[in-house]
Amino acid sequence: MIHYLPILILFIVAVGFAVTNIGLSAILGRQKPTAEKLSPYECGIDPVGSARERFSVKFYLIAMLFVIFDIEVVFLYPWAVAFKSLKLFGFIEMLIFLGILLVCYFYLWKKGGLEWD
Amino acid sequence: MGLESHLGDNILTTTLTAMVNWSRASSLWPMPFGLACCAIEMMAVVAPRYDLARFGAEVFRFSPRQSDLMIVAGTLTYKMASVARKIYDQMPEPKWVIAMGACAISGGVYNTYSVVQGLDQVVPVDVFLPGCPPRPEALIHAIMEIQKKIKKETL
Repeated sequence: MIHYLPILILFIVAVGFAVTNIGLSAILGRQKPTAEKLSPYECGIDPVGSARERFSVKFYLIAMLFVIFDIEVVFLYPWAVAFKSLKLFGFIEMLIFLGILLVCYFYLWKKGGLEWD
Repeated sequence: MGLESHLGDNILTTTLTAMVNWSRASSLWPMPFGLACCAIEMMAVVAPRYDLARFGAEVFRFSPRQSDLMIVAGTLTYKMASVARKIYDQMPEPKWVIAMGACAISGGVYNTYSVVQGLDQVVPVDVFLPGCPPRPEALIHAIMEIQKKIKKETL
C-alpha cells in the first residue's frame, strides 16, 4: 500500500490547489453584481420568453431512433479500428449486427416511424 | 536600499499592486465584438502569422463572463449600440475597451443616420485604434497600450 502514497499526496495537493484557488477568489475577489451582469447572455439581446419551452412529443420518437443508430455507429468505430486484427470473423460478425439493425430499420419504416405528420 | 539589501541577491521584492497588474496585463482575455471588415484583421492577429499569444492575449472568449477586454472592430450602428452596451455591462470588472478602426472611433466614412459617430458615445473606450482597417500589427500595438495602461492602475 505504501507504494500508492505518492498518488494520495498528488491527489491531496491537486484537490487542495483547486479548493484554495476557488476559495481565495471567492473571499478576496471583488464582486459587483448588477442586474445586467446577472441577466442571461443572449449575445447582447434582451431575452424573450422562458427557456422552459414545451416541445412536441414527436421529438421523443426521433430521439429514440437517433439513440439506436447512434449506438450502431459507436460499435462501428472500435470495429473499424481493430478491423485488420479481427479479420474475416469480425467482418461477418459486424455484417450480422448491421443486418439485424437493417431489419429494424425497415420495420420502423413500414410502421411509419420516420413520418413526421 | 531598505529590505532588499538585507535579503541578498536571490530574493526580489515587489508590491501587490505591481504583481496583480502584471498578471492582469499578461493574460488579457479579449471579447471579440467584430462588426465589419476590421474583424478580419482581428482574426489574423490570433493566427500564427501575427501570433497574439506572444503578448498573452490569444484566448478570445465568446462570452462576456470570461473576458476582460472588449475589442469593438468595425462599424457600430445604432441597432448594435445597445448590444455593445449590454455585453460591456455583462463583463466582470476590471474591463477595458479598444475601439478598432475609423468606424468604431468616429463613424468613419459613414456619416449617416444609422451609424453611431464614435463608440465612446456608448461605452468608455481606453484605446482608440485608427486605420481603415488597421493592420494586425496596429492591433497588437493597441493591446500593448492597454497593457501599459493596466500596469499603471491602482488596486
